[in-house]
Amino acid sequence: MYAAIWRVLPGPRWLKATQALLLVLAVVAVLFLWVFPAIAPHLPIDQQTVE
Amino acid sequence: MSAPVARPEAARRPSGPSAASRVVGVVGELLITLGVLLGLFVVWQLWWTDVEAGQTQQQLSATLDETLPPSPDTVAPAGTGEAPVALEPLTGTTFARLWVPRWDDGDTPFARTITEGVDRATVLDPLGIGHYPGTAMPGQVGNFALAGHRQSHGKPFYAVDKLEPGDALVVETADAWYVYRVTTSEIVPPTDVDVIAPNPSDPGADPTVATITLTTCHPLFSTRERYVVHGELESWVPRDAGRPAELAGEG
Repeated sequence: MYAAIWRVLPGPRWLKATQALLLVLAVVAVLFLWVFPAIAPHLPIDQQTVE
Repeated sequence: MSAPVARPEAARRPSGPSAASRVVGVVGELLITLGVLLGLFVVWQLWWTDVEAGQTQQQLSATLDETLPPSPDTVAPAGTGEAPVALEPLTGTTFARLWVPRWDDGDTPFARTITEGVDRATVLDPLGIGHYPGTAMPGQVGNFALAGHRQSHGKPFYAVDKLEPGDALVVETADAWYVYRVTTSEIVPPTDVDVIAPNPSDPGADPTVATITLTTCHPLFSTRERYVVHGELESWVPRDAGRPAELAGEG
């Protein structure tokens, strides 16, 4: 899977590494800004009200 | 590790690994990915939510200051008679601020906004401390009940276990400063809604005094129980007169 991504990325090794780093940062940003905030309220962790 | 040695069967089949080992490889990568995702979630929960909540709190606090009438930065005597009681605002409205001198961080006073509602996704996570809808308003006879995170999302009630009987919990609204004093702390199961009853010391009876209640999770890194702190209104200071002595010299 990750080997396939590495092969698909164009350019010499340093360019591949740069693109891979950008991809990782993009994935982390999407997770932090949209995915985690959306799922966290539905998880049975971190509750502070009585109900 | 030593240099890799070509295995005989791999040498016989130069087309690459077998289908089975490819499947195992992909499953392995998926498991590693899952582990990394879980790790990232913990980082997000325990660090990033605090960063975001800190920024939001600054903006909320500035917006609240614009809506509150000015209050002289001098110590004023307590008001006489019944404390002013405002109408309960709409859900999502930031209408008050909680000051807790016990939780001051050096010269930085602890002051966090209070917003109507206790829904996690819309109030407690993004905006901080929430007011249980339907419970009393500040100064009102009954129970002014608040909920807040103890960890993550700005963790306003992080140091809830440091509160001692007699500590001041000051609520600032557009009308007045209400000085509550901590009376008791207790740890209860999450289903114990009596702690936010109008009269928490006798849930079946009508309230006779104005109380405040803080609820948050307990123990740390768990939601098994709730940490609950009760307090009772001691005095109030009209906003146009000044501040209560408990907040003398605070930001």
